[in-house]
Amino acid sequence: MVRFWKDYHSPTTLDEALVLLAHYQGRARVVAGGTDLFLDLSAAYESGERPCLDALIDITRMEGADALVEQDGYIIIGCGVTHAQIVGSPLIQARATALAEACSVVGGPQVRNVATLIGNVAHALPAADGTIALLALDAEARVNEPMRNDKSQMTNDKGWRPLGELFRGPGESTVDATREIITAVRFRPTGEHAASAFARVMRPQGVALPILGMAVKARRRMKAEGGRMKTAGTGLPQRGPVEQGPRGPSSENDGGVRIEEIAISVGPVAPVPFRASRTEAFLSGKEWREDVLEHATQVLLSEVAPRSSPHRATKEYRLELLPSLLSETLGMAIERLRT
Amino acid sequence: MPLLNINVNGQDHAVEIEPHEYLASVLRERLGLTGTKIGCDEAECGACTVLVNGTPVDSCLYPALKADGARVLTIEGLAGTWQGEGDASSASAPDQPHLHPLQREFIRQGAVQCGFCTPGLIMTAKALLNQNSNPTDDDIKTALKDNFCRCTGYISVMNAVKAAAVQVAGQTHVPGLKPGTMKLETGKDVYAPKLPETKAPLAAVGRPLPRLDAEAKVTGAAKYADDYVFPGMLFGATLRAKYPHARIVRIDTERAKALTGVRAVLTHANVPGSKNHGLIFNDWPVLCYDKVRYMGDAIAIVAAETREAAERALDLIQVDYEELPVVDNPIDALKPAAPVVNDFTGHGNLLKHIHVDKGDADRGLAEADIVIEREYHTPTYDHAFLEPECSIGRVTEDGRIEVYVGSQIPYEDRRQIAASLGIPETQVRVIGTVIGGGFGGKEDIAAQIHVALLARATGRPVKMLYSRHESLIFHPKRHATVIRIKTGAKRDGRLTAVRAEIYGDSGAYASLGDKVMTRAATHAAGPYEVPNVKIDCYAMYTNNPPAGAFRGFGVTQSAFAVESNMDILAHELEMDPLELRRMNALRVGATTSTGQLVRESAGLVKCIEEVEREIGDCKLQIGSEKLEVGNPKTEIESEELPDLRPPISKFQSPTSRAWGVAAAYKNTGLGGGAADKSGAEVEVYDDGSAEVRSSAAEIGQGLPNVLAQIAAEELGLPIERVRVLLSDTDLTPDGGPTTASRQTFVTGNAARFAAKGIRELLAETASERLEAPPDKLVFRDGFIESDGRRVPLTDVVKWAKEEGRTTRYRHEYTAPETRDLGEGGDMHFAFSYAAQAALVEVDTNTGRVHVLKVIAATDVGRAINPLALEGQIEGGIVMCIGNALTEEYIAEKGRIWTDRLAKYKMPGIKETPEIVSCIVEDESSTGPYGAKGVGEISSIPTTPAITNAIYNATGVRVYSLPVDQDKLLLAMRAGRKEIR
Repeated sequence: MVRFWKDYHSPTTLDEALVLLAHYQGRARVVAGGTDLFLDLSAAYESGERPCLDALIDITRMEGADALVEQDGYIIIGCGVTHAQIVGSPLIQARATALAEACSVVGGPQVRNVATLIGNVAHALPAADGTIALLALDAEARVNEPMRNDKSQMTNDKGWRPLGELFRGPGESTVDATREIITAVRFRPTGEHAASAFARVMRPQGVALPILGMAVKARRRMKAEGGRMKTAGTGLPQRGPVEQGPRGPSSENDGGVRIEEIAISVGPVAPVPFRASRTEAFLSGKEWREDVLEHATQVLLSEVAPRSSPHRATKEYRLELLPSLLSETLGMAIERLRT
Repeated sequence: MPLLNINVNGQDHAVEIEPHEYLASVLRERLGLTGTKIGCDEAECGACTVLVNGTPVDSCLYPALKADGARVLTIEGLAGTWQGEGDASSASAPDQPHLHPLQREFIRQGAVQCGFCTPGLIMTAKALLNQNSNPTDDDIKTALKDNFCRCTGYISVMNAVKAAAVQVAGQTHVPGLKPGTMKLETGKDVYAPKLPETKAPLAAVGRPLPRLDAEAKVTGAAKYADDYVFPGMLFGATLRAKYPHARIVRIDTERAKALTGVRAVLTHANVPGSKNHGLIFNDWPVLCYDKVRYMGDAIAIVAAETREAAERALDLIQVDYEELPVVDNPIDALKPAAPVVNDFTGHGNLLKHIHVDKGDADRGLAEADIVIEREYHTPTYDHAFLEPECSIGRVTEDGRIEVYVGSQIPYEDRRQIAASLGIPETQVRVIGTVIGGGFGGKEDIAAQIHVALLARATGRPVKMLYSRHESLIFHPKRHATVIRIKTGAKRDGRLTAVRAEIYGDSGAYASLGDKVMTRAATHAAGPYEVPNVKIDCYAMYTNNPPAGAFRGFGVTQSAFAVESNMDILAHELEMDPLELRRMNALRVGATTSTGQLVRESAGLVKCIEEVEREIGDCKLQIGSEKLEVGNPKTEIESEELPDLRPPISKFQSPTSRAWGVAAAYKNTGLGGGAADKSGAEVEVYDDGSAEVRSSAAEIGQGLPNVLAQIAAEELGLPIERVRVLLSDTDLTPDGGPTTASRQTFVTGNAARFAAKGIRELLAETASERLEAPPDKLVFRDGFIESDGRRVPLTDVVKWAKEEGRTTRYRHEYTAPETRDLGEGGDMHFAFSYAAQAALVEVDTNTGRVHVLKVIAATDVGRAINPLALEGQIEGGIVMCIGNALTEEYIAEKGRIWTDRLAKYKMPGIKETPEIVSCIVEDESSTGPYGAKGVGEISSIPTTPAITNAIYNATGVRVYSLPVDQDKLLLAMRAGRKEIR
């Protein structure tokens, strides 16, 4: 067995972890589930490199790493929380549905039992499912600040950075995993009249990475205004949790939904996880109608720049998927707004 | 070294470990719990799944220290968690009260084949049942998504989990089954194993008996090569090529030899005997001496005290190369100016030109009313058997060489090891271990010679285990092909001619390439009577990995072309595609492309009719949203003849569904004039038990049961009194290669004649004591009977020994003679036939294709064990779904892109369709009880059935595999009628 690291530490406090990182002077690395890191190490080895870290600093046993709570208007998720724990959390299912959906499709069950959401964030891949969902939820990440299980520590505003600031390029984070630790993420739960959704497209051959993923968070105006909601019609796919029930978008009895506020994240369509701000701006204040969706699709297509990635997807294919993915994800979020 | 405190299977351990060790290796190597398997080392295949604090994790990439203080449950501890049914002797107790219900049901439902994935599957299922006592199909598919199984096709796995759930939840007892009967004792068995309808069974033959080796496989006790440890064992590693094509200028091993812990570094200079190996063509360097021809080529081998030292030594070996231009496809390889990759045959890159000629193809095409001419492409595929290659070599006290390996051809290994070591074959003993899947990929030499060389050089046992990465790069693949094919027919559908050119990428070395491509060529007119056939097939050397045997043996490729052309023909002629096939089907009295008269056992028409019956009158209906999968016979019964033209207007709907059909045939046995022999030995013992012995490989297909059931039948013994010993060249006669779907037929016959031989010997003894003529004696239930008198077999064995008779009988069976291609006459002694229909659903938003249902009708001659047979059929179909939709082995200019399992997607449980299996038993007069081969046939027609269904659903014809959803969607959107 190849020796990829010489020491393995499981500190129980952030201070201890930071001392260890300092001790190794950049030759140690933070690890949580490690499911991406270990694969990267062996891939590097197979391609002729000889990576060997002085130490791994396992941060999943740090105090507060297992936090998954709602406090002072935020949902807070610690750096040891796995995808499986998020998927299984009734709080996340109800108040951050997109994140539960995104985490439920990452890897396979065994990987989700080990891989952490924050590890996903730290890996900074533009197609990372959990990251895309967090981005739509306007999440913030906390760096080098402890997550002790006391209220003040968790909720004070020290160390929080908007999630978008963490990404430098594909697989490249502004957080240096040899010196810094993302201890938690937080975001506002979707409240009344708000909902979120996530969907993605995979491919059965080639790279085990999503071809395209999208998350939407939307809040509706309290009172329906104007005319009736037109059905999104055939544009709305029937996959996923969209129910074509009496309260579905095709209902004639339902008042229209006017979008008050919307966040749309998508990837990979840029070097980093991407917020479709122009599409968001267009949709804000609009009524959910087929022609609006069509127009929004045009805006979205004009602001993204997907690329062809070998053995994964062509640019043309991604562009072809975007309209239906937008329709599906947005449709799911809107559907949830109604209920 | 840090101390790991861990509770494994209820026992506390404090183990000193290296900080970088993963949990799987601590369990396997430090605690000796080898039931946890390592299939990929990349958290992809799930074979290494164990429960950490109740949660399933991939232990291969789980740092052991992360589990410090945890409770770990492995397959070895599973049964201990089950506070069973208590009194094992009570009437309602199941057969194996000491096993967990999951283990029992995996056995009973036939969910165990090669068994390598089994512990992981069971552990993941265990975690599911902990949380969900009544899982639905969807729950099971979600939970087991990342537990890959290459053998079963997953249906039996799902049934096993459901059946076990019932017992775990304690809702009711699934009634126990007595071994050897499979009859329900009491009550209603909600989850009886899924079995096809077959002929009435005999005493043992024809019965769905659970596998003899299943219990060892569900408990983790079964020993695969990497599970063996010898005192003083060293670890081997292989230095592989840096370039796909280069001249070797210099090899310097001095620095590697000097490294601490290194015991031997060997190059070609240390190969005392034959510098090359090879199954037919001796063209493959044991260690490269003049050049490297592909990335998997071995240049030097190392044995060291630790795996890490061996790996580090590889870095210290200096090889100077002179790069050569790369040939990366068979068509370029044939060009006169192409660089020569391998001139072993003396014909440059041409390994073999295969020519099939019948009638006058040009005239046949001229006479045709319609000619379909198309070009098809199939990529390279990997077997992706779950167990990577592993060999262990050791020198015995008397100086002989022993090699432990999971090989498909033990005696061929012995021959090749002896040849390269320059010693007599009798000085080599190959001992077959349990094999974690083969599918044709374990016929060639991997590390067998290397470990023998290293063991001799060091005097110590040496283990060489390939990583998944190494396995993907090294071992021979399924040939990529380009097939240009013309099919001519009269207006009424009768075929007049087939003309084809096939280019096969045989890679850097021959392996079985010429034979594989011969089969592709001889089967390239399909399972039809075609009066005029001309096939030119070129097996070419290239700088890609060698291509050799892979389930279907070339026919998988040509069937895709043949059956696509047949489908196009049916559309052009506006004919029912099944009718077109029936009209032209090979049947008794017909002549194959190679001039062989079909005299018997040709059940294709019956297969087609079975599919037709299952599919309902109008199942070829296109794109019909109303087509309900579960109940296909409603709604459309009243409709007219099927409309085969695709409804382009349906493209707007989110999904489009349609059926597609295909047919196939496949030879049983080597054929082509090769002497197809197998030896088997049967010995009876004083205790009335018997052992069957043959060096014939069990790679998951269920051969031990076939042999045991045949011997039990002939000797009138209960199955549990029969043991099977396979693949030890000192102890078992040569059963020949496990290839060409031949073992049931050839070794089955050998076992049958050996058992008959022993029966005749015993009958002579018994006839005196019973005062009855030997031919009037009946062997039944462990007794020999005559006219109401009977004596136990145990007594007869003792008497026979007292009389000085042997109680052991060896038979070498030779299959009916065949003729070489071009000589006419019987090229093969039997063929299996199949027809299949696939119902696909295409997501018109994404192009994603799902196979919802497959109807498979298979002519196997005779079902020896319906449970194992169903497993072969379901597994073959799901493997072929991979061939059609998910798998593609990619090399770019000879460099391997698909170098990890995460990049090579075999079908998972989510891809498993509903499968309806109909067995046709058109007996072969020379097969054992009428049986012929089944290992390959089930996996051949599935791909074209799927691609034909895709055409019917979308109007897009697939000319290139695998079906790429990216291309499919873009074609659908642009209104293009084909993807290439």
